[in-house]
Amino acid sequence: MNAYLDLYTSFFRIGAFTFGGGYAMLPMIQKEIVEKHKWASDEEVMDYFAVAQCTPGVISVNCATFVGTKVKGALGAAAATFGVISPPLIIISIIALVLQSFADLPVVQHAFNGIRVAVCVLILNAVIKLWKSNIKKALHIIVFGVAFVIMFLVKLSPIFYVVVAAIVGILDCVIARNQGRKAGKDA
Amino acid sequence: MTYVLLFWEFLKVGLFAVGGGLATIPFLQEMTTRYDWFDTAMLANMIAVGESTPGPIGVNVATYAGITAGGIPGGFVATFALTLPSYLIILVVARILQKFRSNFYVNAAFSGIRPVVTALIAYAGWGMVELSLVDLGAFETGGLLSVFLWPQLVLFGVLFFVSRKWKKLHPIALIAIAAVVGIVLKL
Repeated sequence: MNAYLDLYTSFFRIGAFTFGGGYAMLPMIQKEIVEKHKWASDEEVMDYFAVAQCTPGVISVNCATFVGTKVKGALGAAAATFGVISPPLIIISIIALVLQSFADLPVVQHAFNGIRVAVCVLILNAVIKLWKSNIKKALHIIVFGVAFVIMFLVKLSPIFYVVVAAIVGILDCVIARNQGRKAGKDA
Repeated sequence: MTYVLLFWEFLKVGLFAVGGGLATIPFLQEMTTRYDWFDTAMLANMIAVGESTPGPIGVNVATYAGITAGGIPGGFVATFALTLPSYLIILVVARILQKFRSNFYVNAAFSGIRPVVTALIAYAGWGMVELSLVDLGAFETGGLLSVFLWPQLVLFGVLFFVSRKWKKLHPIALIAIAAVVGIVLKL
């Protein structure tokens, strides 16, 4: 069968049958990509995930582009990426239209007032998880703390924080590397 | 004109939101201060819908935000713009995967970006807390205690406890419980 169509339908299924994104998608991706189509090995998929997390954008979209590139180059990547975003485009369009017509009902508003509390919990849990995996040393706590305080004081674009933090990270690692070299010479 | 703006704004999200779906939330929160496309309450609804429907959460929320701003075509424009930078970046990275993974400067930059992304999401979470758990405007008339919305805070505590106790519990379950409580208590 046509490889492009295969890529599209495989990633359509991945998009349609996983909830939550990110690592929640890993089992489904392994099943479709590794077991069923043998497009990549388990190790390759883990590599894709690791890089997908530290490149901009949505993790599963990045993963789809990786697999598509490997199988059929840039066009394969387009087919896989379009596959993974197709279910959200269809499903969210329908839900948005339905909700728009029911949004003014009191029962819907009460439900969403409750749901917003759950969203607070979901974000708090995400922050706890990120804190555990991302905050490894004193500098990380300082970066977190300084950024968090600045956010309350002035309104800046998130882009500003990402760019400045990247520079801080590079400076920190370059200084550590140079100190390591100096210590190596002295010894 | 809305479509051009939507495309430009979500292109920036796609380019700078690093670390998966929820990393897009700070960018969308910032959009509420500059455009009248949607407000924080609507953003909370979008997150809830994005968590409870299949597909990557980042794409779900972007599609919903785009639809709110510019109808169904807006949803397509926002999703396409969000995906385009990752697609192009991964096309390049896929060719140099091993070098990219072990590159000193890439890893150094991300050692700084990860803590700041944690802070950005935490701050976006505070925006949700302000919206649903406290009423800061009540401080002037009713004093400190009137600031807290007690039923919501109790619901928050219970949901947080449940989500920490049963970590496998799916976000949809929390959202469903919160919706029912919201309707029953008429929050």
